[in-house]
Amino acid sequence: MRIAIIDYGSGNLRSVAKAFERAAYERMIVAEIEITNDAERIATADKIVLPGVGTYTDCRKGLEQVPGMIAVLEETVLRGGKPFLGICVGMQLLSTRGLEKEVTPGLGWIKGNVVRMIPGKQNLKVPHIGWNTLELLVPHALFKGIPTGPNGLHAYFVHSYHFDCTNKQHRLAITDYGGSIAAAVAHNNLIGTQFHPEKSQHLGLRFIANFLEWCP
Amino acid sequence: MTIKARIIPCLDVMHGRVVKGVNFVDLIDAGDPIQTARAYDEAGADELCFLDITASSDNRDTIFDVVARTAECCFMPLTVGGGIRTIDDIRKLLLAGADKVCINTTAVKNPDFIAQAADKFGDQCIVVAIDAKRTCAERKNPYWEIFTYGGRVSTGIDALEFAQKVVALGAGEILLTSIDRDGTNAGYNIDLTRKLADSISIPLIASGGVGTLDHLVEGIRDGHASAVLAASIFHFGKYSIYEAKQYIAKAGIPVRFDGYGKADE
Repeated sequence: MRIAIIDYGSGNLRSVAKAFERAAYERMIVAEIEITNDAERIATADKIVLPGVGTYTDCRKGLEQVPGMIAVLEETVLRGGKPFLGICVGMQLLSTRGLEKEVTPGLGWIKGNVVRMIPGKQNLKVPHIGWNTLELLVPHALFKGIPTGPNGLHAYFVHSYHFDCTNKQHRLAITDYGGSIAAAVAHNNLIGTQFHPEKSQHLGLRFIANFLEWCP
Repeated sequence: MTIKARIIPCLDVMHGRVVKGVNFVDLIDAGDPIQTARAYDEAGADELCFLDITASSDNRDTIFDVVARTAECCFMPLTVGGGIRTIDDIRKLLLAGADKVCINTTAVKNPDFIAQAADKFGDQCIVVAIDAKRTCAERKNPYWEIFTYGGRVSTGIDALEFAQKVVALGAGEILLTSIDRDGTNAGYNIDLTRKLADSISIPLIASGGVGTLDHLVEGIRDGHASAVLAASIFHFGKYSIYEAKQYIAKAGIPVRFDGYGKADE
């Protein structure tokens, strides 16, 4: 199995690749983890990961600047059904548009806008930085063996914007921060997480291993 | 569900080596930042902070290597600061595996740099470090003055006013160090911490002066900090991360355990 991590100038590719290698090793899964900006290598990979650190606009631009990348993703992921994981801004890019700084069109694969978080009545701080628990809304293979709920494991969040899904059924897991925030979204072969599995210690490595084993 | 208070051990790194010493019994090389980071990862620290205190610019690149090697084996959040001057410095740290960068002197000398950095990488990854000391020179009322270059150079800038400014420019978090308290083991400066935390819309990390576990509780409960940073109480094995978290939890503050650290008891 070959996992392609898309290199489009966004940060933290190495952390993601190393976490995938560790998760594969711990679960004894044979997987080649490749960081690449070659659309052809993405097209022939078994699974695709889109990490993302930065602003929505900047990440979108980066993705557009890789020759043939968006076309290949639409062909193999959207129409071809290849398993896909978007992390943080990589997940947010699945949306219709992002409203960070300026209005930027997303991939539009899961309907909704990416909007600024509102502190709410509790006067919470934005960005939402730190460890929070998850509420799983629908049982899913990606959360196999991961305790969720108030006494479950924690995931690491660091973001100021969140994915406001038009169809709430696309929300796979939520977290509470002045209201419910989409922590993970899912639609057929697409998975996205607002939290960073590559930085979420126990929960993160288990989640990544589940993605490696996932057959949507 | 609620966000948990974060416990952040901070490592001073010079020329790629941990200084100020780390005194874990099971470390073969206490000066190796990667081994130390691993120990904190296994202990369940919520985040790790590397502060590069390398004075000369010729050895600056060592921090990129330290971050890269840490990110290879530690799957926890990393904040890296010290000597950040350019957008390219930030990019290199993020590519190496940092999640947030901590900007101090450059932010004070050129606040617009914060706006540029936040615009490029998002406000969530830009931490502004404020080192403050109580002064009364040339003013009627004493105030909290910002010092730069590791607390050596006075600036005449009011810390509370500066905090407002950096939030408006796009800072995502503030790391506040009370210079008066740093290294004293007398506890955080709660007055300063609370005043600053209450005046901003972004999270604050309290730093400087921790000597007991009560100090950590005070930083969160009384200082209204979202996270507490400490160095020596953890490095010298006075308390483990697990002990600190148990103590904080007993004080009624939600913390994260996730099964880490129990074996250290």
